[in-house]
Amino acid sequence: VEHLRFGILIMLAWTIYISFLGVLALILLPRASAQAARVIALSAALAGLAVTLTAFTQQKTGALVTVVRVPWIPSLGIEYHLAADGISLTLLLLTGIVAIAGIFFSWNIEHRAKEFFAFYLALIGGVYGVFLSFDLFLLFVFYEIAIIPKYFLIAIWGSTRREYAAMKLALYSFVGSAMVLIGLIAAFVLAGAKTLNLIDLAHFPFPVHFQMWAFPLVFVGFGILAGLWPFHTWAPTGHVAAPTAASMLLAGVVMKLGAYGCLRVAMVLFPRGLDAWGFHILGFGSWRDVFALLALIGIVYGAMVALVQKDFKFVVGYSSVSHMGFVLLGLMTLSQIGLSGAVLQMFSHGVLAGLLFAVVGRMVYDRTHTRDLDELEKMNLYKFIPFAAVTFIVASMASIGLPGFSGFVAELQVLIGTWRAFPLYAIVAGIGIVIGVAYTWRAMQKAFIGKAESNILHHSLPPISIPERIGAAILIGVSLAIGLYPQLILSRIIPALNSPLFDGLRKGSWQ
Amino acid sequence: MIATGYSTLFRLVLPETIVAATALILLTVDLLLMRGSRTSVRFAIGALISSIGCTGSILLMLIKPQQANIFDGTLVIGPQTQLIQIALLALTILVILISIESTFTEHVGEYLALILFAVTSMMLLVSSQNILLIFLSLELLSLSLYILAAFNKRSVQSAEASLKYFIFGATSAAFILFGFSFIYGLTGSINLLHIADAIKGPSLDPLLAAAIVMTVIGFGFKVAAVPFHFWAPDVYEGAPSGSAALIASSAKVAGIVIFYQVMVIGFSGVEGSGVWRNYIPGWVPVIACIAVLSMVLGNLVAISQTSVRRLLAYSAIAHVGYMLLALVSHTEQSFSALLYYALTYALTTVGAFGVVAAVEAKTGSDKLSDFSGLSRRAPVLSFCMLIFMLSLAGIPPLAGFFGKFYLFTAALAAAPQTLGLLWLVILAIAMSAVSLYYYLQVLKRIYIADPPANAGPIQVSIVSQIILCLIAFGVALLGCVPSILLGRL
Repeated sequence: VEHLRFGILIMLAWTIYISFLGVLALILLPRASAQAARVIALSAALAGLAVTLTAFTQQKTGALVTVVRVPWIPSLGIEYHLAADGISLTLLLLTGIVAIAGIFFSWNIEHRAKEFFAFYLALIGGVYGVFLSFDLFLLFVFYEIAIIPKYFLIAIWGSTRREYAAMKLALYSFVGSAMVLIGLIAAFVLAGAKTLNLIDLAHFPFPVHFQMWAFPLVFVGFGILAGLWPFHTWAPTGHVAAPTAASMLLAGVVMKLGAYGCLRVAMVLFPRGLDAWGFHILGFGSWRDVFALLALIGIVYGAMVALVQKDFKFVVGYSSVSHMGFVLLGLMTLSQIGLSGAVLQMFSHGVLAGLLFAVVGRMVYDRTHTRDLDELEKMNLYKFIPFAAVTFIVASMASIGLPGFSGFVAELQVLIGTWRAFPLYAIVAGIGIVIGVAYTWRAMQKAFIGKAESNILHHSLPPISIPERIGAAILIGVSLAIGLYPQLILSRIIPALNSPLFDGLRKGSWQ
Repeated sequence: MIATGYSTLFRLVLPETIVAATALILLTVDLLLMRGSRTSVRFAIGALISSIGCTGSILLMLIKPQQANIFDGTLVIGPQTQLIQIALLALTILVILISIESTFTEHVGEYLALILFAVTSMMLLVSSQNILLIFLSLELLSLSLYILAAFNKRSVQSAEASLKYFIFGATSAAFILFGFSFIYGLTGSINLLHIADAIKGPSLDPLLAAAIVMTVIGFGFKVAAVPFHFWAPDVYEGAPSGSAALIASSAKVAGIVIFYQVMVIGFSGVEGSGVWRNYIPGWVPVIACIAVLSMVLGNLVAISQTSVRRLLAYSAIAHVGYMLLALVSHTEQSFSALLYYALTYALTTVGAFGVVAAVEAKTGSDKLSDFSGLSRRAPVLSFCMLIFMLSLAGIPPLAGFFGKFYLFTAALAAAPQTLGLLWLVILAIAMSAVSLYYYLQVLKRIYIADPPANAGPIQVSIVSQIILCLIAFGVALLGCVPSILLGRL
């Protein structure tokens, strides 16, 4: 039995290989048949999800499992080292789910479908790789592999100002990863240039003055991708310009890459960087104070900007910035409840943001060809596509914290953690949630309910298709399952947070 | 000194001799037997002969590795030197193979023979520690390259490029010779190791400083580092694609390698230091300035280019800037990093020029707009270009990424505790983030822009496609498994 369990966990590496084999199959696919491309992409994504799901059920404790570890570049001590703990597993599962849903919601792609799904699977493969890597070189390689497909997905299949948005996203990501690279190379050299193994480096006592500059550098580097205010501006433009499946992936998993990097690399490698400086500037006594405030600004600012948007997709785009603020705030609480809340929020936001983008991009925009809320207001959409209206309401309520859904558990944990660490911030973040209710209400009213007397739609819209229903059902089901039984994921996250990897973090300002 | 017979010498320079002899055979065959044949046939036969010659030379070095240091450093051969020579030959074969479809000249024999003479001089160049032989090989190389750049007699641009190249090159040769003569006057030796022994001292002799600066200027011209880069964009743009590829790839490798050896072996003891806030006068700070200027100017100017060849020229200037980091840190690891970087960069550049040449042959120019919609007109070519551009930008898992990682790590590891060269590494990484922008501009044209309305598919010969795919595969392989090259450096 133990052998079997281990065998299944070893299979996790195949999530990466299957995705890239899918890319290869799509490149070699002779005819430009959209149907064949979809089927290949769906099978690859299904296989990936099957592997993560099986591994997830097998690994109940969340302890660290080495999947594969072989020397890669021996002269520099770099290894091909894949491993998974509870945090990785949670995010792998998220990737699998969002990937499948994304394919269902892009079933209608006909234009250069073969290339679309090739880039899509390459992105997924890179994301799986990041979540599985325990060698920092390998992690960085996968992290950068994920940048390029995003660029092409947005620039070729996108909408509003797609080339601008794609380039902005690519350059922001690349600048972020350049910052990370500086930190990693410096850490590598300081530790003797013998290894880039995450676990070894986590226990290496880097000088405090080094950690004091390396931590913010790497944290911001990853934070850019997590939508850290004021470096978030790529996110709304990128999300809006991206085709539906790409914005689902962007908001659903790519932003999580950033948050994951903040936790897994910046905080684990340089825990002393969170310590007090020993002096105060403008009331800030440590990087922790600085980043907590930036996260808080992200929450409130994102919500307030979402409140005044004219474009339906921008509402969801800014709400993503707001919700990712909770993840970063949770990380800065430096407590078990706050951190587990942050990881749970990554999962929850991944599922729900994916669903929201699907409603806006696929269900509404592909049918009405407008995302202007004033235009939509005249259409009374809920009469034509009630399924979309209900899905939007459920998803947005779930993401602002309706009890029973995953968003509630996650945000509650983050708020409790924040209350202990920064009581005032918890109150302000609570106000952020209230603004969240307001922008959701406004968007829903304008987009779906509208004015009863005006109805400019004379013809009926195409009904919600089966793939769309399946995609929505999967995402809502997952959010509901986690909301009703959070232990499902928490039982894997919490042991991982208690593992020796986070020892350095627990010694400092841990609460 | 050990007496060395001519038989030993002949044995040691046999690889070079094979290549030079191949050039002569090629000339004979082409001029005597094939005058009446079509250009394409002559190119095919010529390429075959030269490839056989180069391959023979490579095989000889692989089967019978040599190790020697004869005539007091005139010829220094070891595993590393031979590896560089093999790489230079391999790159040259690729350059010849991507240019076999050229139609710009009827003087096929002369063209290919000059390429072979150039590679012979490169092989000699990298295996010498004698400044006289270094200068001679460098001039043989440069003279071949001047003619190669001018080889398209029908094109005014080609003539202009060559003239510019010649004037700048001749000036730089004068600088190098001037510098070398001062050095000889100061030390009484033409062997780099003896020179290093003679100049070691507590203070820097002003005359020596002048000599070093002259040498740096001269080599700066040869490798096209800022502010000595003016010839590069014109030559890259005007020269026939094969010549440009040779100048950009193997000639660049040979140039940077010998630059490193002259500075690090010959002028050890007067390095000084470029460490932040711990500056010591010497040649390292000078190189550090040149590196900074090259990285910044090369990358920023490349952004505004509309010709792909000029873009590649400015990117080459930027890449030389990164490579000069190895001179600044000058440890053993730096040299191995420099070799890995230069070789993979050269491979990628040959591939990029191959794609440009193929597109140019069909559309008539190398403007960015001519690449519009290439992915729908020539998918294989486009995919190869995707790999080359991303590798140049330093995106993993391609060779360009590991090259940068290794080079920057080596630079930092020169002063591991203080991270003294961190300022240079930060600048280099920041500039490589800038470079992604212009490489993406090329890819944007290829993959995103729509093809011109009346444009049909671009037919590329199967040989070119195979060669380009092989190069792309090589770039990916060297990136994924760097150890295959790293273990030998």
